[in-house]
Amino acid sequence: MAVILDLLVQGAQMALVLLMAPLLTGFVRKLKARLLRRRGPSVLQPYRDLARLLRKDAVVAENASWLFRAAPYLIFAATWVAAALVPTFATGLIFSWSADLIAIIALLASARFFLALAGMDIGTSFGGIGSSREMMIASLAEPAMLLIVFTLALVAGSTQLATIAVVFADPAVGLRVSLGLALVALVMVAIAENGRVPVDNPATHLELTMVHEAMVLEYSGRHLAMIELAAALKLLLYMSLIASLFVPWGLAPPGAAGSGYAIGLATWVAKLAVAGVLLAVFETSIAKMRVFRVPGFLGAALMLGLLGTLLLFVSRSL
Amino acid sequence: MPVLIALGSVAALLATAVIGVAAGRRPAGRRLVYGISLAATAVAGVAAVAQLTAGGPDTTIVLPLGLPWLGAHFRLDALSAFFLAVVNLGGAAASLYGFGYGRHEAAPHRVLPFFPAFVAGMNLAVLAADAFSFLLSWEFMSLTSWALVMTQHRDSGNARAGYVYLVMASFGTLALLLTLGLLAGPDGGYAFAQMRGIEQSPTVVTLVLVLALVGAGSKAGLVPLHVWLPLAHPAAPSHVSALMSGVMTKVAIYGFVRIVFDLLGATPWWSAMLVLAVGGASAVLGVLYALMQTDLKRLLAYSTIENIGIVFIALGLALAFRANGMAVAAALAFTAALLHALNHSLFKSLLFFGAGAVLSATHERDIERLGGLIHRMPATSALFLVGCVAISALPPLNGFVSEWLTFQAVLQSPDLPQWGLRIMVPAIGGLLALAAALAGACFVRAFGVTFLGRPRSAAAEQAQEVDRWSLAAMALLAVPCLLAGILPGTLIDAVAPVAELAVGGRMPPQQAADWLTIVPIAESRSSYNGLLVFAFIASAAALAVVTIHRFASRALRRAPAWDCGFPEPSPATQYTAGSFAQPIRRVFGPMAFRARDTVDMPAPGDPRPARLTVELRDLVWDWLYAPLVAAVGFAADRMNLLQFLTIRQYLGMVFLSLVGLLTVIALWP
Repeated sequence: MAVILDLLVQGAQMALVLLMAPLLTGFVRKLKARLLRRRGPSVLQPYRDLARLLRKDAVVAENASWLFRAAPYLIFAATWVAAALVPTFATGLIFSWSADLIAIIALLASARFFLALAGMDIGTSFGGIGSSREMMIASLAEPAMLLIVFTLALVAGSTQLATIAVVFADPAVGLRVSLGLALVALVMVAIAENGRVPVDNPATHLELTMVHEAMVLEYSGRHLAMIELAAALKLLLYMSLIASLFVPWGLAPPGAAGSGYAIGLATWVAKLAVAGVLLAVFETSIAKMRVFRVPGFLGAALMLGLLGTLLLFVSRSL
Repeated sequence: MPVLIALGSVAALLATAVIGVAAGRRPAGRRLVYGISLAATAVAGVAAVAQLTAGGPDTTIVLPLGLPWLGAHFRLDALSAFFLAVVNLGGAAASLYGFGYGRHEAAPHRVLPFFPAFVAGMNLAVLAADAFSFLLSWEFMSLTSWALVMTQHRDSGNARAGYVYLVMASFGTLALLLTLGLLAGPDGGYAFAQMRGIEQSPTVVTLVLVLALVGAGSKAGLVPLHVWLPLAHPAAPSHVSALMSGVMTKVAIYGFVRIVFDLLGATPWWSAMLVLAVGGASAVLGVLYALMQTDLKRLLAYSTIENIGIVFIALGLALAFRANGMAVAAALAFTAALLHALNHSLFKSLLFFGAGAVLSATHERDIERLGGLIHRMPATSALFLVGCVAISALPPLNGFVSEWLTFQAVLQSPDLPQWGLRIMVPAIGGLLALAAALAGACFVRAFGVTFLGRPRSAAAEQAQEVDRWSLAAMALLAVPCLLAGILPGTLIDAVAPVAELAVGGRMPPQQAADWLTIVPIAESRSSYNGLLVFAFIASAAALAVVTIHRFASRALRRAPAWDCGFPEPSPATQYTAGSFAQPIRRVFGPMAFRARDTVDMPAPGDPRPARLTVELRDLVWDWLYAPLVAAVGFAADRMNLLQFLTIRQYLGMVFLSLVGLLTVIALWP
């Protein structure tokens, strides 16, 4: 019986992240439009976009290989699996032990690997520029992320997300300098990984500054839908990750009653909404930076992560 | 007796070398040499795996060869068995590959005698159990591989590579000779069994550590002793490159582990800092160099330096934990090192085979002149892709498992008592993460420029898929890459006796964990299940494909590329390998290689083309080797005078040296 319940929770999580991801993207877009005093499309617009893309023919370049057609599904699958393992509303996910935080980051790295390859498949200059820049950004964002994981793992004594969330929900952890540094670094990495302003602009096209959009330029139809959905899932994943680590309150413990899950769900939606508002305000109030200032930005995240880890080596209570 | 089987295989390989000399120029000779090599390595490999998994008693055999009072000792314990398995798996795959690849060989009589001899040398080096036979096998391995590097000796680049390799290999063997001499002590206990019992003084321990790191590290390609590796490994025929990069570097790791972990006994904690520093520098610099290369085989050779660095990081962690009596953590780090050594031998050989396939199909090693090969060589490109994903440490393949274990070992470091280590280990962890991320970029670039996009030359346009032997050899290595990635628990349990031997501890048995999960310390701390992750990704992707094709659209239209409305027909407008690496060069280049971009822009009205020159310097070469070469040259010039003395002066010098030596002996305590 308990196993069936656990499976249900895991299944609900998988379905929920899939359903909520476009809504979150739509919500952030709507807010950004309102902040610019535009009316903006409905928050449901991403669903309509996805439905329309799925119905259309896929137009594929003449020299596209099998990799180009397979990559969107692999990218989507890897991102979805990663998103399904991050605690959103409950910590007791039955499969959470199958991959710890390091493995979740590596799953996202797999998705990026295939996306960058897909960008190079047609042999256009835009695809190459996107892939090249994406891998440059990743080469700094990934070590920064790993150092953040070290900081978290040193405090919690575990790299399992569910365990970390439970430990951090305990008031005994308290306010720590190292965790503060880790939070700032994690937000910076999340901005870079999701291609948000000031690192990349998700709304831009036909600009030499674009990174993610340049890689997916040749995609259309169902392939593009998969990639858009994966991007939305990744945003949701990072927001849930930050929420489950730094504001872990409200997460339903394993074997909670129905009310526990309801509270978990409500707090999760509230956390996402707050994170969405913060992202929209941040993105509207800052200008996009030149590509070659990104290493400086991510280098700062890397140093913050290292500083947080070193502080913990100096004293376990910092 | 497994050791007899292994020695029998070695004898068969040496006999094959003789056949290679006799029938090197005939096609039948090729089939015979590679056929016997394949059979011999397969037999030895099975014997090694059986010894490792069955956990039979260590078997020793003393042959009446070598030094008359010593004999030649050969022993098969868990450590030897593991590396014997690695050597023979690589050897078998290379022999299989040789069936097809050897057909394109211009001078087969220069390859066929040395190939089996080289494999035999590597086998003997891991079996040897006394200083004399170990050094002899080591040098035999070096010289046969040198002969293979010199296959195309008329190429001036290869001649230089061979020269640098010979100098460095001799230097490494000299360091190992001194190491083993120190370990044997004044009484000359040259058998490994005798060395183990001796309690060494701290000075000897320090010297042995440094000399072993220099001797084995120069063979493995650790920075700053790596300069020969990117020259020599690519110069050999591709299946030999695979053996040198994938397997011979593992023999070097074996040498280091045997000396430092097994023979030397207890080591001080600071030795870990030395190994960690060298490993971290090799990991990051190796992959940065790899990112700047446009020669596919040289790129792979530089990436070997990176992976050896990762193995040495894990070995350094194992030393740190062992010195502090943390046996389980030491076993975790040591297991990570072993697994990464095995994994690297799998995917690096696979990638070199792929590079060889590209080379035989296009006669081109420069990736700037390739492109679009995925259409003309679909099987090769799919197998090469497996290698790229594995080496970039991406789940669910095997490279990720060993790097994940290394990260888990890094996370055990707060329990270390020494401040130096506690500050250093997280920084090394950061370097490891940086190396892993850069490896991803490196192999996106390598695969993307070589196999994707549009062909950049006529040779790439007319490439044909390679023969079935080569494909079979690549598949033989690609399948274990996946299996080791999704079933790592079996491997961890299999190498547990090796860790027990080296660090005196064991990881928790992984068979006990549910669902084939791997649990390094305890499930509450961390766990990873490659099988489930693989199954989840496969089923999620399958679900997406089936749902979309069933309920949404499955129509596909081919059209010209969009490229923002301005498609350019010339393939020259694609992103090249140079342009792909440019952002990373701009970020890391000034620090790592003093990179300088100079743009020569002609004045308006001048029809000269504009030129962009990129200058990269190998700082290790500039700061370490160039002064050394200059000093040797300077000394040689001065000593040149000694060539023109009279016979009286020569006799006087002989007399003076004799007096000097006698004085030293008289004053020696």
